[in-house]
Amino acid sequence: MDWTDRAAAEEARKGNQLAFRVLVERHSRAVFRLAFRMTGNEQDAEDMVQETFLRAFKQLHRFDGRASFGTWVYRIAANCSLDLIRARRVRGERQPGLDTAASPDPSPERVTRSRQLAGILDHALEQLTEAERTAFLLRHYEGCNIDQIAKVLGVGNSAAKHSVFRAVQKLRGALEPAWGGAK
Amino acid sequence: MNHLSEEELTQAYYGDEEPESRRHPEARRHLADCAECQAAFQHLKTMLDELLSESVPERGTAYGAEVWNRLLPRLPLEKPRRVWLRWWTAVPVLAGLLAVAFLAGRFTQPKTAGIAPEARQRILLITLGNHLDRSEILLAELVNAPPGAADFGDERSSARDLLDENRLLRQTAARMGDASRAAVLDELERALLDIAHSPSEISAPELESLQRRIENEGLLFKVRIISSNIHRKGQQL
Repeated sequence: MDWTDRAAAEEARKGNQLAFRVLVERHSRAVFRLAFRMTGNEQDAEDMVQETFLRAFKQLHRFDGRASFGTWVYRIAANCSLDLIRARRVRGERQPGLDTAASPDPSPERVTRSRQLAGILDHALEQLTEAERTAFLLRHYEGCNIDQIAKVLGVGNSAAKHSVFRAVQKLRGALEPAWGGAK
Repeated sequence: MNHLSEEELTQAYYGDEEPESRRHPEARRHLADCAECQAAFQHLKTMLDELLSESVPERGTAYGAEVWNRLLPRLPLEKPRRVWLRWWTAVPVLAGLLAVAFLAGRFTQPKTAGIAPEARQRILLITLGNHLDRSEILLAELVNAPPGAADFGDERSSARDLLDENRLLRQTAARMGDASRAAVLDELERALLDIAHSPSEISAPELESLQRRIENEGLLFKVRIISSNIHRKGQQL
């Protein structure tokens, strides 16, 4: 079925199961990527994908179409992932490192460098606030614009822009000392 | 002009500058001309570009369908309602009820002039046949219902309608000395009572228990046999 996101969301809200399926199939990969970046491992990311769409289904009546469905579902995914991260903190668990995907033909140097970088990045991401982490991941990896990030975070555009900047500033501060060694 | 701030360099990297701001064109020109700012920008760009090489595990094109298949059983979907159970199913029940009530009175009261015994017998057989057909549909639907919790509202109300008719038909059969029919109708009545008094949202174990009971007693089979005999007899009359 060739629905736009808005039309599919409208249909899904009326109880059309097929329309919701279209939305799930269209946005699953993007939600997985965000969840993986935020939670740091595949299994948690898979759980977050399920949780995100389950919450989206239950909250469809709240989707007013002002933001795109993608932005709206990103917001849910970010919140689900943040809930998981908070729960981990409460339980005293450490945020797992990013299980970086292997490139198709990695050289030993590249694998080593990638692991080093991933380790440093994990630690640096942990130093960010929730808003900074979410803003950075959405801007840097998902290519969301400031307006979309603002909607996901539920803040104004200048606050969203500042969150991205603060995140970059903190990452730079954490990465640069080790940068020379890793380079 | 002053050198670009860290924030401006970051905005330049992401293309998040504010085009309408007075500083924007100046900052652009400055970045194009100032070697120091260019170096700072390049340093930032190298670091941020390097982070982009951190990839995520790839998910194939079928991933969306996989997510949907895992999600579907968890969605709080409206439980399926049986299409055949609608308001109009009550019409034959009411008609049957009237016919049975009329005939029951006729059979139990002293004979008076009026309706011929053969006609009475035929009406009774038709009414009983219709009643058994509807009961059979209800039982078959129930026995073949997929496992799991279900909305049971339609089944309950259908069973209630059938129950009154069944009671009259059983009493009539007993008065007429038709013990085997009366016995099956008695069994059917108990099953209809159970269905009618089930919760409107039936749980999986409750549904399973009802299904097992109907199957164990062979009730559906008995109803089918009597129904088929009655239809045959009705055609002969």
